[in-house]
Amino acid sequence: MSYKAQENSLLDDDLYREIILEHYARPAHRKKLDDPTHREEGLNPSCGDEVEIELKVKDGVIEDVGFQGHGCSISLASASMLTTLLHGKSLDDAQSLCGGFKEWMLDRSRSEATVDLEDLEALEGVRRYPVRIKCALLPWNTFLGALQQGES
Amino acid sequence: MLAELVDNDFPGLRGITYLDSGASAWTAAPVVEAVAGYYRDYSANVHRGIYAASERATEEFEKAREKIARFIGAPDPACCIFTAGTTDSINTVAYTWGEQNLQQGDKIVITVMEHHANLIPWQQLALRKGVEILWLEVLADGTLDLEQYQKHLAQEPKLVCLTWVSNVFGTINPVKEMTAQAHQAGALVMLDGAQAVPHLPCDVVELDCDFLAFSAHKMLGPSGIGLLWGRRELLEAMPPFRYGGSMILSVKRDRCTFAELPNKFEGGTPHIAGAIGFGAAVDYLDHYGMERVRQHEKELLRRAFKQLGALEGMKLFGPCDPERQSGVLSFDFRGIHPHDMATLLEREKVCVRAGHHCCQPLMREFGMSGTTRASFYIYNDGKDIDKLESGLLKAAEVFANVL
Repeated sequence: MSYKAQENSLLDDDLYREIILEHYARPAHRKKLDDPTHREEGLNPSCGDEVEIELKVKDGVIEDVGFQGHGCSISLASASMLTTLLHGKSLDDAQSLCGGFKEWMLDRSRSEATVDLEDLEALEGVRRYPVRIKCALLPWNTFLGALQQGES
Repeated sequence: MLAELVDNDFPGLRGITYLDSGASAWTAAPVVEAVAGYYRDYSANVHRGIYAASERATEEFEKAREKIARFIGAPDPACCIFTAGTTDSINTVAYTWGEQNLQQGDKIVITVMEHHANLIPWQQLALRKGVEILWLEVLADGTLDLEQYQKHLAQEPKLVCLTWVSNVFGTINPVKEMTAQAHQAGALVMLDGAQAVPHLPCDVVELDCDFLAFSAHKMLGPSGIGLLWGRRELLEAMPPFRYGGSMILSVKRDRCTFAELPNKFEGGTPHIAGAIGFGAAVDYLDHYGMERVRQHEKELLRRAFKQLGALEGMKLFGPCDPERQSGVLSFDFRGIHPHDMATLLEREKVCVRAGHHCCQPLMREFGMSGTTRASFYIYNDGKDIDKLESGLLKAAEVFANVL
């Protein structure tokens, strides 16, 4: 027996929006880079979500970005969205997008983000599930960690 | 059914399907009343005052100790030490008996299914003192490798750290036999009873226990209080753990003498309300009897195995045998991540737990980062299993085109 998703329930779902499930099912940039300039691993100890982010930065631009790991749909969809958004951006732009996303996630009084988050806007529903916010933020904190570590 | 009888005593559970007693059991109404009654009517300190309220507090506190002693078959209530919980109990043993008796080159056995409470204190002690850990592996069905146990015992370990019931797989380990074998090999056993004492009849004499630890909040009692039971000769030989008031006899400037059991290990003002509530929880369980509690869970498990096991894409972990399993059931349904599963079940007001359940080495060994876990207790019935099933199917709809 198979259970097909009902169109209505998906459209009405405030957390598991279609775009999130898309990124979870077919994640972008889920790969190891050949010669990454930056690398960092992130972990949510309480739930076991694990994400590794790799960057190839040249002349201040993120030429390529990849992620690996295992975790819940929110953490992996967020990682996929992050790589899509940050691919080709300058480090400055990337950091500002990261800051804007975190700010928006953590502050429910803000209805809109101050930056253009593209697909990440779909994570809006996560803000109403406080326990899952750290799932959405894991790849981003890992990305920031990779930048902080500097080039290797 | 037991669940119908207790329904009135858990008003907060109305309208929700609570399947997370493995993490914490709901508090029974008489326990709430006992705790509130202490704070409302005789909120004084124990062992000190000469006025009525303090005498009553002391009496209720010590009565609770006696009730708990009888509940676990301990002949001597003085060997029942109130602690802050299972973790605190095990730390007490590690920092006193452990420090005193484990030296460099000694060996201890720890099972891979241990909850961090009966793992980290020993791991850290082993690192501090150069003690070797012999890991007792877990088989695919969630039971211990008993052949390997014999090999480990042949190496003459000093201690076996053993959980009675696994909080991940629900496995009931054969602790009586394993304790006898440990004793033959010259080892003591630190038995983690957190998941067992609330669900199975317990008799420390029959089991020939050395140390037993368990918590009130997993057996309908308040949080922040638990018990350490130890054999008298062991407890008497151990130095104190928490120094301060109440655990001394005579204090000079440069030295002191320590109190007798149990006070030696109960420094400072205890969680008086917690102990009284703990006693009330034991009264409550005694009213129905632990045989009946166990029977109830076996029936629920039987039904869960059949009903949930029949679902396509369902993987049930553990022995999947009501005779060898307590009311804890970890599963994977159609590859839905435990986090996502727990969130989606929550929408149907079904409460389960997702994650590594404080058993990271076990998870790693099984190649998982976590499981979804449902756990049963006296207030659950067949309808709860129906709700869980329907919640699982709804969750599957969300991920139907994804996984």
